[in-house]
Amino acid sequence: MSALWYRVGPVITVVIAIFVLWYAGAVALNSAWAYDKAKRAGVELSTSELIADTLSQDKPKLPAPHQVGREIWKTTGGMVASGRAFSKRSLIYHSWITLSSTLLGFVMGTALGIGLAVGIVYNRTMDMSVMPWVIASQTIPILAIAPMIIVVLNAIGISGLLPKAVISMYLSFFPVVVGMVKGLRSPGRMQLDQMKTWNASGGQEFRKLRLPSSMPYLFTSLKVAMAASLVGAIVGELPTGAVAGLGARLLAGSYYGQTIQIWSALITAAALAASLVGLIGFVQKAVLKRMGMA
Amino acid sequence: MSDAPVIEAKNLSLTFQTNDGPVHALKDVNLEINKGDFVSFIGPSGCGKTTFLRVIADLEHPTAGEITVNGMSAQEARRARAYGYVFQHAGLYPWRTIGGNIRLPLEIMGVNKAEQDEAVREVLDLVHLDGFEKKYPWQLSGGMQQRASIARALAFHADILLMDEPFGALDEIVRDHLNEQLLDLWARTNKTIGFVTHSIPEAVYLSTKIVVMSPRPGRITDVIDSPLPKERPLDIRDSKEFIEIAHRVRDGLRAGHEDD
Repeated sequence: MSALWYRVGPVITVVIAIFVLWYAGAVALNSAWAYDKAKRAGVELSTSELIADTLSQDKPKLPAPHQVGREIWKTTGGMVASGRAFSKRSLIYHSWITLSSTLLGFVMGTALGIGLAVGIVYNRTMDMSVMPWVIASQTIPILAIAPMIIVVLNAIGISGLLPKAVISMYLSFFPVVVGMVKGLRSPGRMQLDQMKTWNASGGQEFRKLRLPSSMPYLFTSLKVAMAASLVGAIVGELPTGAVAGLGARLLAGSYYGQTIQIWSALITAAALAASLVGLIGFVQKAVLKRMGMA
Repeated sequence: MSDAPVIEAKNLSLTFQTNDGPVHALKDVNLEINKGDFVSFIGPSGCGKTTFLRVIADLEHPTAGEITVNGMSAQEARRARAYGYVFQHAGLYPWRTIGGNIRLPLEIMGVNKAEQDEAVREVLDLVHLDGFEKKYPWQLSGGMQQRASIARALAFHADILLMDEPFGALDEIVRDHLNEQLLDLWARTNKTIGFVTHSIPEAVYLSTKIVVMSPRPGRITDVIDSPLPKERPLDIRDSKEFIEIAHRVRDGLRAGHEDD
């Protein structure tokens, strides 16, 4: 019992603390509207009536956890139960839209990141020149550049999934470049000298030493890249006119003041990111253990 | 031709340019190493013993003088894979098994699978690690890892074995044991061995030729041809000859320090 509590105790404590704060915040923020309604109706609110009202408004400033939970269930499990899992009102449908461009952008960003890292490690000119541009690229607010990427790609006839994936790529290649440059340079002087005593070619040195040595760095970068890629996909959905995806749900929710819808999309996005990052962590553990590096 | 030295250095100098001015790592080094010699390089830190070994291996380039290995330049010899090099740390790849680590240079050299298998079996037997082919490095002790790294250096049948303080990180007992095994291995393979060490007993016990070096500038102060027989049980270290050679090495090391 105590060993189990040692493991899950801290997690449960934090979760409880979050719920307590969340409910307290909901009561505090939504009470103004509750008082307002009561005043217009000419009634006095008891404390329990006040709390009941703040936790059940249609468009609360801060929806209570159970309201968000009910909305998420209604738009996922409920949809599945009624056989409309992929209808336009289903969060599963919108999550899938966002997930597909997240994953495509993540793959593209990882490939670009590894490619640039290899260039930086093996080419002196790139070593001296590329990194400042890579860093500069990340100082531009993504919200500013996302619409332009959509517009420019649309102008040359590319629309749909790819422009959003490009925005994901733009965010996700960065941690991969930084991590992989460090990873590919992680073999020590001795290991490189050793390769030289065997008269190994550059390609052999890369495949047999540098690439395997970089794996711990790669996986750490991939976790950051995956989260960034999801943010990119959501941001990419905003300027496309809120057609589909979790970003579109956020935007539509804010047009109509549907705070419960916004929060349910936010929570879904967070859960999606957590499971994707968790999945990479799982693969990381398995691979590094297999490689004797964990 | 067979009498020609395997390794020959003529007036070899190597100067590193540093921010504090030039450092003379090696100055006018002349040395001949013959086939089948076991040569130890001994001296205090900074005497250039490791640098000299690295020059032979073409890992450093002399600024003056000449070095030939098997009658070729050091670079040609490295490209011809003339030597196996054992570093102070075993440097085994954790993601490869012991067998996989020994295979690594063979894969790089394009040796076919059947010959790889044969070579792995042969060298694991030489370093007494039979049965460890499928184990991972972390499953082995430090001494066993270093033996695996020696096996890896032997795997491609180079005639020359260069060893840079290979047992420096190991404790005395393991070290004695490995010294014995190394002599046995040397007798069985008839390799030419260049061995860098800090330890006087180790140098005297192992070598047919002891090169005593001293620092600032790195140079050779004495070359001792050992009169000890090729067969050397561990207790030879209590014999009169052994103690005399050790004494001469110590004198050589002290002489190198007189100008401090």
